[in-house]
Amino acid sequence: MKFPPFTYHRPRSIEEALDLLAEHGDDAKVLAGGQSLLPVMALRLGRPEHIVDIGSIVELATIDVDDDRLRVGAMVRHAEAEGSPRVAERAPLLRAALPHVGHRAIRSRGTVVGSIAHADAAAELPAVCLATNAEIELRSATQSRTINAADFFDGHFTTVAHSDELVTSVRFGTPGTHHAVIEQSRRHGDYAMVGVACQLTIADAIVTSAALAFFGVSSTAVRVAEAEAALIGTDAGPEAIASMRAAVTDVLEPDGDIHATAAYRRHVAGVVAARSIHAALHNEEAAA
Amino acid sequence: MNDLTIPLTMQVNGTDHSIDVEPRRHLADVLREDLALTGTHLGCEHGVCGACTVLIDGEPARACLMLAVQAEGSEIVTIEGLADADGTMHPVQAAMHQAMSFQCAFCTPGFLMSTIALLRDNPSPTTEEIREELSGNLCRCTGYQSIVDGVETAVELMGSDR
Ligand SMILES: Cc1cc2nc3c(=O)[nH]c(=O)nc-3n(C[C@H](O)[C@H](O)[C@H](O)COP(=O)(O)OP(=O)(O)OC[C@H]3O[C@@H](n4cnc5c(N)ncnc54)[C@H](O)[C@@H]3O)c2cc1C
Ligand code: FES
Ligand code: FES
Repeated sequence: MKFPPFTYHRPRSIEEALDLLAEHGDDAKVLAGGQSLLPVMALRLGRPEHIVDIGSIVELATIDVDDDRLRVGAMVRHAEAEGSPRVAERAPLLRAALPHVGHRAIRSRGTVVGSIAHADAAAELPAVCLATNAEIELRSATQSRTINAADFFDGHFTTVAHSDELVTSVRFGTPGTHHAVIEQSRRHGDYAMVGVACQLTIADAIVTSAALAFFGVSSTAVRVAEAEAALIGTDAGPEAIASMRAAVTDVLEPDGDIHATAAYRRHVAGVVAARSIHAALHNEEAAA
Repeated sequence: MNDLTIPLTMQVNGTDHSIDVEPRRHLADVLREDLALTGTHLGCEHGVCGACTVLIDGEPARACLMLAVQAEGSEIVTIEGLADADGTMHPVQAAMHQAMSFQCAFCTPGFLMSTIALLRDNPSPTTEEIREELSGNLCRCTGYQSIVDGVETAVELMGSDR
């Protein structure tokens, strides 16, 4: 399928991109890796009149550490983050999620920030943002603001970002000691039917903090505080896992669709949550 | 303003090209129609099947999910760039030929490009790794076993070269 016509812009600086977004607003779309925007256009689910290609803005292609947090710029591709020792060290949950995003040929073009800005309810990286309390850094021609991940995602494919704003980078939160991303999908590399990003901090064999962020179960990724509470203060043994799992199936109210019924999704949410604890505990590499 | 073409300079299989393209056209169409490199196949045109996989600056990518103008300044390798000038097949081509890794062969260019990137980074992958890395390429004919066999044959051929 061919893309509908549009006017193409290739800004060389963030300022130039922001001016274009200010000028064209709702009629413009940012093009990063194109691995979601271009299929959307091919399928005529979207027809932007202006495309602002940020691929030539060199200053957006950086990974750095700011205030002890890993900051990933808007043109850092999935594959680059996957291979970055800094990401592995500072954001091990992000590192664990990346191999689940599509396939290698998708990850060599797609960007970390694009996955977050796109806000697919079944995508892995928004859940990583929630689990690590990431901060989303936005800029428009007139202002800059930073939004906590918990306030950023508004619904399936929607965020609180305005049409004249560029997400310049995302700062991921402090890692725990144990991490895992577990998902169930129809075919390898497909979007998950249900998945979970799990980050635990364990000190002296006791869980001191827990984050469980589920994707594919709601219109955005969601954390389940009741399930996290069931783990905190425990040894994350079989009893704690059982009550955590009960909390997950109690709280989540997924919808059914062509891929899976609601009841199946709810059941599998409990299963992946339990598996994620086992995986996190047994993944020595993931220990910080 | 929509119909304007813009200049594009890229290197394809070692040859420099400077052409004018409409921004809405994807790289696969430009390779096929403007450069007559029809070995890059188009199955789904929305990123799912992998038939259009090419190497962009060494990395495998979907040529249907890239505007041609995004390839500005890039080095691209397509299936036509694999064999030597005298027609000697690339070892991965020879291996897949030997293992009969295809039936209709529509998917084969994409599998070859993905396999070349895989074996460059991981010269002796396990069967599981091969299946994982090639999971983004679909084949409607073979049931995949002969393709995995072909990759394993390539591992042997390339290993014995060293
Ligand atoms: C076959 C296939 C399988 C896939 N499987 C998965 C999967 O399993 N899990 C998954 O998470 N994803 C999957 N994807 C999607 C892929 O991960 C995309 O790369 C990613 O969602 C978007 O990143 P991008 O850089 O390609 O963004 P683009 O496609 O360029 O943009 C996506 C959207 O985000 C906006 N945007 C991008 N960057 C910014 C920015 N800096 N500021 C403001 N807005 C911005 C764009 O305007 C657009 O609306 C798959 C894609 C394909 C084709
Ligand atoms: S034609 Fe490009 S992935 Fe199917
Ligand atoms: S051989 Fe026919 S699609 Fe693969």
